[in-house]
Amino acid sequence: MQYMLLIYTDPAAGLTPGTQEFADMLVRYGKANEAYHADGVYKAGDALQPPSTATTVKVRNGKVQTMDGPFAETKEMLAGYYLLDCPDLDAAIKYAAMIPGAEIGSIEVRPVVDLTKFR
Amino acid sequence: MTETAAAINTLMSDDGGRLLAALMAELRDFQLAEDCLQEAWASAVIHWQRGLPGSPQGWLLQVARRKAIDHIRRGKNFREKQRELLILMEHDQAASADESDDSVIPDERLRLIFTCCHPALDETTRIALTLRSLGGMTTPEIARAFLVTEDAMAQRLVRAKHKISVAGIRYEVPEADALPARLNSVLDIIYLIFNEGYASRAEPYMRPEFCDEAIRLARLLMHLMTGEPAIEGLLALMLLHQARAPARLKDDALVPLDEQDRALWSKSLIKKGLVHVKAALSRGLPDAYQIQAAISALHCEAQDFAATDWAQIAALYGELTRHKNNPVIEINRIAALSHVHGPELALEMLRGLEDDFKAYQPFHALKADLLRRLHDPAAAQAYEAALAMTKNQAEWKFLEKRLLALQA
Repeated sequence: MQYMLLIYTDPAAGLTPGTQEFADMLVRYGKANEAYHADGVYKAGDALQPPSTATTVKVRNGKVQTMDGPFAETKEMLAGYYLLDCPDLDAAIKYAAMIPGAEIGSIEVRPVVDLTKFR
Repeated sequence: MTETAAAINTLMSDDGGRLLAALMAELRDFQLAEDCLQEAWASAVIHWQRGLPGSPQGWLLQVARRKAIDHIRRGKNFREKQRELLILMEHDQAASADESDDSVIPDERLRLIFTCCHPALDETTRIALTLRSLGGMTTPEIARAFLVTEDAMAQRLVRAKHKISVAGIRYEVPEADALPARLNSVLDIIYLIFNEGYASRAEPYMRPEFCDEAIRLARLLMHLMTGEPAIEGLLALMLLHQARAPARLKDDALVPLDEQDRALWSKSLIKKGLVHVKAALSRGLPDAYQIQAAISALHCEAQDFAATDWAQIAALYGELTRHKNNPVIEINRIAALSHVHGPELALEMLRGLEDDFKAYQPFHALKADLLRRLHDPAAAQAYEAALAMTKNQAEWKFLEKRLLALQA
């Protein structure tokens, strides 16, 4: 079953590229990636540009409305995600705990709806 | 109550959890298992009027299984339930063949306990699910204890069962690497249930039915997972607390240890608790529950308040801080030391903690007690501070009594 691991961190608390801490974090993300691949659970994963680059889109009465900024302004914002195929929630939690972002922010683990069941 | 109704009630509380657990193992669907078992109980009320079947448990499981087969066949998601349907039909035929022998019902309660206490569920939900599924408590009873409406509690339970099936919480005992942490989560839930009865958030202050349930659950867990010192330590702790419960309240006010009538303490519970605490500690894997049980044991073994081994108790509280980080532990350690080295030194130690601990009620309660013992007039002010932070009626009455005695 597939799980979306949503990485929420405080953009203000983020590490600065070029610093040793930032390099260390990248190494640790690399290690998490390796573990996911080695266990055969990896489906997808990406980091997102900061929320200041976000555009929120909605359609009302057929008209497209755009808004500068993320859907919701909160302290911790969506910073990236992994999509993993895990046997159960315990496994998904174990993999979520490997994400470096879990130590400064939070990882929301959400099961993905299996659309094939609706066909 | 008719004989049949009485027999059904007994069966529900004795075997309800076991039947639900067994059905869950076949269905893998919490809500469906509960619903079908509910229907089976309802059938029993009608069909057992002229006498109970040879194996009531086997009968109930069989009926619940057939209800489940019907539900699945009629359901929208019929196709994805093929596997469960097959298992059910196989079990149904096997059971028919051997005329429903009791011993055939496998004990799956350990899986049910770990599922109900899964850390991905909210703490209150874990308590409620455990009490309902394995403790035989009803939703209204649980709702009352948590000061919420029956509807709110029922909804909470429905949401939890939905999450369990949709989020992939497995109906399994965790694997070895995850087991210690998950077992601790189960023990914490059992102890929270106990505390719900020992120092309830709702009135009345003590609700023995919750303590009894917690002790029953710990015994069940011990039976299902033999040789786990952590479980035995918790059981010992609860028995030794329970033993002293009859002396804890007088006129709705909490009675402090030094004023408790020790003749009211249950000797048989103390005896049982001591056996378990010794057995647990002898395995050499002390944890927070075992240490707290050892502290409780020292209180229980003391002939009177003056004979208490406070030095040992203080040392155990010191040890406890290595396992658990909670300001109350340090307060209790200082309280124990006050009986070894005198209240003055204890007061000195408290002063050092003032900045970090002044938001805690026990800090002020202990400070008040120490000042009272020193005949310091500042005690009154400390009692006022403690009272202002006390939400609980029984403790409030005790503190007020001490304050009034001071002014007399």
